[in-house]
Amino acid sequence: MEFWTAFYAISFYLAILIFIGGLAYKIYQYAKTPAPLVIPTMPAPRTSSGVVIRVLSEVILFRSLFRSNLWIWLFGIMFHVALLLVLLRHLRYFTEPVWGLIVLVQPFGKYGGLIMILALFGLLARRMFVERIRYISNPSDYLMLVLLLVIGISGASMTFVTHTDIVQLKAFMLSVIYFDFFNWQSIPSDKMLLVHLAAVILLMIIFPFSKLLHAPGVFFSPTRNQVDNSREKRHVAPWALELEKTGN
Amino acid sequence: MAKAKFETPALRPYPVIPILKPDAMKGDGPFLAKPAMQESLGYPGELVDNWKEVAIAKMGDLLKKYRSLRVYLDSCVKCGACTDKCHYLIGTQDPKNMPVARQDLLRQVYRRYFTLAGKLFPKLVGAKDLTKEVLDDWYNYYHQCSQCRRCSVFCPYGIDTAEISMAAREILDSVGKGQKYCNEIIEKVYKIGNNLGLPEPALKNTLEGLEEDIKDDTDIDVRLPLDEEGAEVLLVTPSADFFAEPHIDGLIGYAKVFHQAGISWTLSSYASEAANFGMFIGSYENMRRVSLRIREAAIKLKVKRIIFGECGHAWRVAYSFLNTLAGPFDFLDQRYPIPQHICEFTNDLIKKGKIKLDKSANDHRRVTFHDSCNVARGAGMGNIPGGQFIIPREVIKACCNHFYDMPADTIHDKTYCCAGGGGLLTDDLMEVRVKGALPRMEALKHVVDNNGVTHMAAICAICKTQFSKVLPYYGFEMDQIISVHQLVSEAIILTPNES
Ligand code: HEM
Ligand code: SF4
Ligand code: SF4
Repeated sequence: MEFWTAFYAISFYLAILIFIGGLAYKIYQYAKTPAPLVIPTMPAPRTSSGVVIRVLSEVILFRSLFRSNLWIWLFGIMFHVALLLVLLRHLRYFTEPVWGLIVLVQPFGKYGGLIMILALFGLLARRMFVERIRYISNPSDYLMLVLLLVIGISGASMTFVTHTDIVQLKAFMLSVIYFDFFNWQSIPSDKMLLVHLAAVILLMIIFPFSKLLHAPGVFFSPTRNQVDNSREKRHVAPWALELEKTGN
Repeated sequence: MAKAKFETPALRPYPVIPILKPDAMKGDGPFLAKPAMQESLGYPGELVDNWKEVAIAKMGDLLKKYRSLRVYLDSCVKCGACTDKCHYLIGTQDPKNMPVARQDLLRQVYRRYFTLAGKLFPKLVGAKDLTKEVLDDWYNYYHQCSQCRRCSVFCPYGIDTAEISMAAREILDSVGKGQKYCNEIIEKVYKIGNNLGLPEPALKNTLEGLEEDIKDDTDIDVRLPLDEEGAEVLLVTPSADFFAEPHIDGLIGYAKVFHQAGISWTLSSYASEAANFGMFIGSYENMRRVSLRIREAAIKLKVKRIIFGECGHAWRVAYSFLNTLAGPFDFLDQRYPIPQHICEFTNDLIKKGKIKLDKSANDHRRVTFHDSCNVARGAGMGNIPGGQFIIPREVIKACCNHFYDMPADTIHDKTYCCAGGGGLLTDDLMEVRVKGALPRMEALKHVVDNNGVTHMAAICAICKTQFSKVLPYYGFEMDQIISVHQLVSEAIILTPNES
């Protein structure tokens, strides 16, 4: 297992680097690009606290999606809430001692995995069988769901069917986290686990290059995060200021 | 005019999601702008030889200038929530009129030239080279978008296809493939002062004629002043108000309101246009140039307030952009909103009892209200969110006894565009206009059948022109569309000026 231990450990470092670096770059790019005109979809809040509520209602409740299509909303919210629970539950593999909150969500996270799989199948079915959604789908849109299903199913099968050596896995993860270079604890040789981790690594790598950018994007969407105050306040972008200086 | 050769969609008893008909609206798009027009707006006269490089460079430039474009091209997850929300999809069934598919026309090129995934694996992520075919698709389908932003209401990330359309049109302009209708109109504003190319003497004549008409009608001297220095208010209104039906009855309504309120006002021959087609072509520079005319007129005429007449996209530019583009307006009276909408103005006077209305004057009408897309989703009124829905309705209800709203999913921020907005109000796009009006016509039919509605009131010059044209295609009369201030005009109780 020496080879696989090193392979997974190094892949993890690379994936984390790409994931964090890529995401940070994208967020920097979004933040830096000016928003020259005020374009909130009206009616919009007239205060910043109103805007915070508006954005949170999109992030937590998927409010616009709810107004738009109940089926997509249902599968969408099921998937994301389940994903969140599962992610929280996973923290127990990385923390020692396990945080109290994580111990609390632990039992829910277990079933979260199943709900996530169910929701992903729902989303996949929509994509395949609804004519309009099939039309707008590229191979990557299907593959993204397949990848998440691989993660979900391999993970759930370890929870409910063939248990892997959790103690050994945790030792491996902690040695990776604490940078025990080439002194890593060995990774359990369970095939399911190797598939699961490989898929997660792949997901982290493609995250900043794919539509998963919707996660930071939702916070930067001018139609959602701008205050309706344009009659009271000017919003001249730096490049537009140049126009004013040159007198046209 | 002979009706163009296409089939008007049938009104459906209840709305269902349409089946797709690929390429149903494929075509060459609207007429191209002539070289001289292009050049007066600062664009190449015709398609440049290296259009591909220019287009991609322009896209790169816009990506740096507009956060909306950058975030929206990245963020779409192809969830499909927007796919059945566009009136053009509903009316034409062409899949490229689904908002996300319309965005994808630009997004496929963005991915190919600006993203790693698209550079390495174009097939996988649906990235495409910019070919002549793609360019033609842009021209055709970005001129089947009225930039109404209905899709942005329903998208979980608020992705606004109007922003994408505007960017696409700006790219098209910058390679020399501009649209005749929009660019011709902007050129006229620069040369003459308004979209219609109505010069000052003609305008003066028209206004005098209207004063006489009002006198004949009411026996009262109501003025429509032009270029009067020192007036309290500068009224900026779409030039269609000067001569088209039913717009002109709205203009008469504004005049009567000013008269009765005893507030001096003036029109400007230099800024005799509220419309700003610079927005439709996505050009900040042109939008700003048109806006500055209003600022200049206000300074020259030494007014204290600016009020806008009934025009949808003009109100979006006025409410959301004017202060940014042409401000600061520190020389105006800060006690009033800058600028103010005529409905805000009238509603205020009604609330304060400064004008009196006789509702029974409109008893022969049963009225509904069409929320114009740019007012509903692009602007506001009053100082509470949603004022743009409340205030016009309050004005209408103060003027007539019978008011009925259309079904809830077709009004307020879910309103359907008239299908003539965004620079599509031209005869060479008649098929798109008629088909895109389907959902609004169905909603109208609903209140006609259930509430006996006889008239639909609107506060947008484009909506009014568009509906007068398309209502007959669906079995209605062209004069069933009216101005909100026409209702005011008929209900207002006039008294002679004290002085
Ligand atoms: C701020 C956090 C996030 C928000 C607000 C958010 C919101 C949404 C919404 C509203 C949708 C559309 C509905 C749907 O198709 O399910 C969506 C789709 C999707 N989200 Fe997220 N998301 C977030 C984070 C993530 C993360 C971290 C992932 C990581 C895997 C993810 C994966 C996906 C996928 C794969 C889809 C597409 C589903 C499909 O193909 O139909 N999301 N997201
Ligand atoms: S902005 Fe309006 S016309 Fe354009 S795609 Fe969206 S819904 Fe359709
Ligand atoms: S609703 Fe938004 S995210 Fe969903 S397909 Fe349409 S544009 Fe993309």
